[in-house]
Order: sequence, then structure tokens, then C-alpha cells
Amino acid sequence: MIENSENSILKTEKLTIGYPQKKQDHIIFSNINLSIEKGKLISVLGKNGIGKSTLLRTLCKVQKPITGAIYFEGKELNTYSENDLSKKLSVVLTERLPESQLTIFELIALGRQPYTNWIDTLSKTDLEKIETAIKQTEIGHLKNQRFYELSDGQLQRVLIARALAQDTDVIILDEPTAHLDMHQTINIFSLLQQLVKQTNKTIIVSSHEINLALKLSDEIILLTENNLQFGTTEALIAKNAFDKLFPNNLLKFNKSLQQFVINKT
Amino acid sequence: MKQKSYNKQFILLSVLLIVLFAMNISLGSVTIPFKDILNTLIGDTSVKESWQTIILNFRLPKAITAILVGSGLSVAGLLMQTLFRNPLAGPFVLGISSGASLGVALLILGSSLFGGFFLAHSVSNWSFPIAASAGAFLVLSAVIIAANRVRNTMSILIIGLMFGSLTSAVISVLAYFSEAAQIQQFLFWSFGSLGNLSWNEILVFIVIYAIGMLATVAVIKPLNSLLLGENYAKSLGINVKKNRNIILLITSVLTGVITAFAGPIAFVGLAVPHIARMIFVSSNHKILLPAVIILGASILLICDSISQLPTSEFTLPINAITSLFGAPIVIWLLIRKKKLFV
Repeated sequence: MIENSENSILKTEKLTIGYPQKKQDHIIFSNINLSIEKGKLISVLGKNGIGKSTLLRTLCKVQKPITGAIYFEGKELNTYSENDLSKKLSVVLTERLPESQLTIFELIALGRQPYTNWIDTLSKTDLEKIETAIKQTEIGHLKNQRFYELSDGQLQRVLIARALAQDTDVIILDEPTAHLDMHQTINIFSLLQQLVKQTNKTIIVSSHEINLALKLSDEIILLTENNLQFGTTEALIAKNAFDKLFPNNLLKFNKSLQQFVINKT
Repeated sequence: MKQKSYNKQFILLSVLLIVLFAMNISLGSVTIPFKDILNTLIGDTSVKESWQTIILNFRLPKAITAILVGSGLSVAGLLMQTLFRNPLAGPFVLGISSGASLGVALLILGSSLFGGFFLAHSVSNWSFPIAASAGAFLVLSAVIIAANRVRNTMSILIIGLMFGSLTSAVISVLAYFSEAAQIQQFLFWSFGSLGNLSWNEILVFIVIYAIGMLATVAVIKPLNSLLLGENYAKSLGINVKKNRNIILLITSVLTGVITAFAGPIAFVGLAVPHIARMIFVSSNHKILLPAVIILGASILLICDSISQLPTSEFTLPINAITSLFGAPIVIWLLIRKKKLFV
């Protein structure tokens, strides 16, 4: 146990993430000290291959940290059993779903597995939670379709609904807006923002939609070469943190607009 | 909120299964009136004694074996397809049946190689299923160890095929050094046969089969979450490693015991889950499990009836029939549907 600010739900201490290797560990980031509060929308930003997924995978226990500790509600992440953790933390992953004939309802209902009995019977509470998740994501009309019939944007909403049905305090999403057009992207982001406000959940989302994330997130985890910065959009702008996000001068951060703009030559 | 009901399909299929069972029992080289068959089955001893013997000691055990073999292989196929999330997986494709064959080959052919160690006459009811299950489990574990290293499902299938040919090669080598009588014994076993089981053997079969089926019911929940992939299953609190081992164990025991008693029977394990998915348009294992059990049993009853129809005197090897009639059906289904699901 560590002393804890009241609201902090996820905390890291001197966390080093990366991939253990025989000769020398491949370290992505070291000495990460985050304190994430309840009811916040947190965006993880950074260019391709910088380690956004590695960070998220480590935070949701898919991958072991190299050193350091992660505290979830004040308890070390390692001490949670898989089943306990599944009631606290749900995920939306980038990987494609295997091609099956699950209906949307069945897919969302799988989110109730941590709570159901050995044969997976849905209780009244389970059905209510599923119904709520479907309402919150506005996908009632898709309920009886198979998931391969959906567009990418609809599928992301369904996957978010599945995570909501899991009824956890924290939801981690890994690039939910990849492959989506502008309209759908904004749609997903405003849905996430809305969910944070309505449900007081903590949502951590990695994305390449920097301009949008800057507008809608409460806090940003910004990943640049060997450097991880954490703070509100304003705080990071004040520190000129965004200047080094991209290597050359093609994209430039405009402070007054609080956006990246293309450099005209 | 109402979930779709599948009662109609289940009732139809169950009726079909009963009809096929009755048909299977009434067909054979000796014509027996259906009324007398029914009377024999309910324990009437006034029916001609030779007919009673034929029905109770030959046809009934054979029909029961067909049901056990058909449903068991189908369930094994369903488990493999979900575990690997690959529509091409099945006990045969992944080399598990070959592994079971290897176990039996070592038992039959190995006796001449290793002297009196496995004496043929000391073979009890249990030694065939144990040898076959051990062989199946051996190959399956090898496939799993390889699968953990490559992760790519296509490679896993190819590795399974390789293990399959590897075991066949070992069997060939064994056969080369064996005596004609033993080779013949092994060859006849490998044609597949549903009809040679005594009631004692069927009892052993049913016990192992029942254990496998009960265990399968217990893994329905993890199977359903595996439909989302291993990472999602883990995030839902499923212990993926443990459940994967349980699923593999069930598959090798089911395939092992079936291959031991009925020979290596192709096609059923791969195809029946697909037929079930097409009829029920579902991937939910609560629906698919009973569906493949009924369908698998029905299909093997049909195949068995066909295998003894044509000349009445002879019985064709069941293994040939399942492939001859089954493979075209699968090809036709595929061309019609164009897409395979897990």
C-alpha cells in the first residue's frame, strides 16, 4: 500500500515498460509516475511505434512491467486475480475479432462473464446492464445483427458497449478510431467524453487523432522519444511539450489554435 | 429482450435422429420385420431367437457406437475450431487422429518389434483407448508447444499436418518390420469399423465419452469468450492457459477413445460443426454443442446405413463412406455459402 490521494484510481511508481530479452531488456519507457483520477478521459498520444500499446498493455496486465509497480485502487495490480481484475478493468483492443456468427447481443452479453455462473446464465441484473450499455452507445437497432455485418464505426460502438456491460471503473481502449472516417472518429470520441461525464468512469484511450484528443480529453499522456509527459492540455502546451511530437517541420503545433497545422511551404 | 429461439430446429433434428436410429437398426443382411425389432428392443423374448441375437448383439451395439463416434468426433472438431479460431481445424487436420493411430500401431505392430512387451493377447478393453489417447495427446501437445511459438494459425495447421505425416511415416516404418498378420490387423483397424464392439467395450466407451462430454459442458463459458480471441477472454477473467489445456485434454481423450474403438474416421470432426453453424446461424456454444451432438450422431448413422446397403453381404469400410459422401457435401456447402465461420 502507498499513501494515496482520494481520487486516484490508477497509479504507477517508477514503472519501466518494455520487453524482456536475453541479453538486455528492450526498454520503451522508464521511470513512469502517473496518477490517474476517477472520472477522467485520458488520451495517450504519440507517433507510430513509440509505445502507446505497450503502455496500455502493461496497464491492463496483458504484459508484465520490467520494473516498478502499478497500483489499482491502492492495491498492487499483481495481487488481483484475473477474475477480480475483470470486474475492475475492461478493454477495447485493436486486434480483429475472429470471424464468428455471434450476434451483437451475444457479443455484448459476453461482457457479463465475470459476473455470471459456471454455465453463463444471464440474471436480471445482467440483462439490465446489457440493456443500459446498448442504450448508452445507441446501438439498439443492431442488437440482432451479426458483427460481420457492421461497419467499422458501428463495430467500435459495439465493442465499447461490451466494455460498458462489463461494468468496470476503468476502460482502456487501444486506438478505437483507427480505420474510421472523420465523422465516425468524432462520434466515438464524443461518446467517450459523454460516458465519462455520465458514469464517472475513467477512460484511457490511445489515438492518432491528436487535435480531437486535445479538445476533448481531461488529461493527456504524451509519448515522445524517451520522454513521457502527463498533464492537462493547457499544462502541456505551456511546457511546449507538443513541439517535439513529430520529427520534421511538416506539422507544426499552433499554440493559439491549440492544434497541429500543416506547414505550408 | 427476447433471444432467438432454436426450438424448432432442435425438435426437427431430434426426430430425424430417432428416425435414422430406427432405420439403421432395421437395415442389414437379414430382413427382420420392424414390429419384431421393436418387440425385441422392449424385451419381448417371443421373437425368433436368431433375430434377437442379431438385434441385441450386433445391430444395437453398432448403432450406439455410430452415435457415440459421430457426436464425439463432432464435438472434438468444434472444440478445435474454437480453440484455434480456425474453420479448418479438426481432429484429423491437426494430426490428432494420426497420433491416436500411432498409439494403436505401437500396440499392434510394436509387439513384434519389442518382443513380448505388448503381447497381443494381453490387450484388454482398456489398452486400446489408453494407447490411442496417449498417442493423440502426444501429437496434440507437440502441436500446442509449436503453436505457442508461432501464434499464426495458418502455421499451426501446417505444423499439425506435418505431425500427421510424421506419425504416418513412423507407422510405415513399424509396418515394414512387422509380420503380415499384424499388418493386416492394423490395416483392418484403420479402415474403421463400428460393428466389432462387445457390450463390455461399449460400456468402457460410454464411460470415457460421458466424462469428455461433461467436461465439455463445463467449458462452454470459456469457449464462448474465446470467440473474441485470447486477449479478450483473459480480460473477461478467463484463465486462458488452464482452459486451453482442459480443451486439449478433452479433445485428445475423445478422439483417442473413438479412434481406438472405431478406427481413424475422417471428415466428421471437421465438417459437422460447419453444417451445424449453417443450420443454426450461430457461434454460441450453448446452441452449437447440442447441435453438433445430434447432427454428428445422425450423419454417422446415415453413413453406417449406406455402408451396408449396397450388396447386403458385405459391409464397406465406414472411413471410406464418411469421406465419399461427406467431402462433396462440404464442398457444395462451401461453394453455396462462400464463407466459413468459427
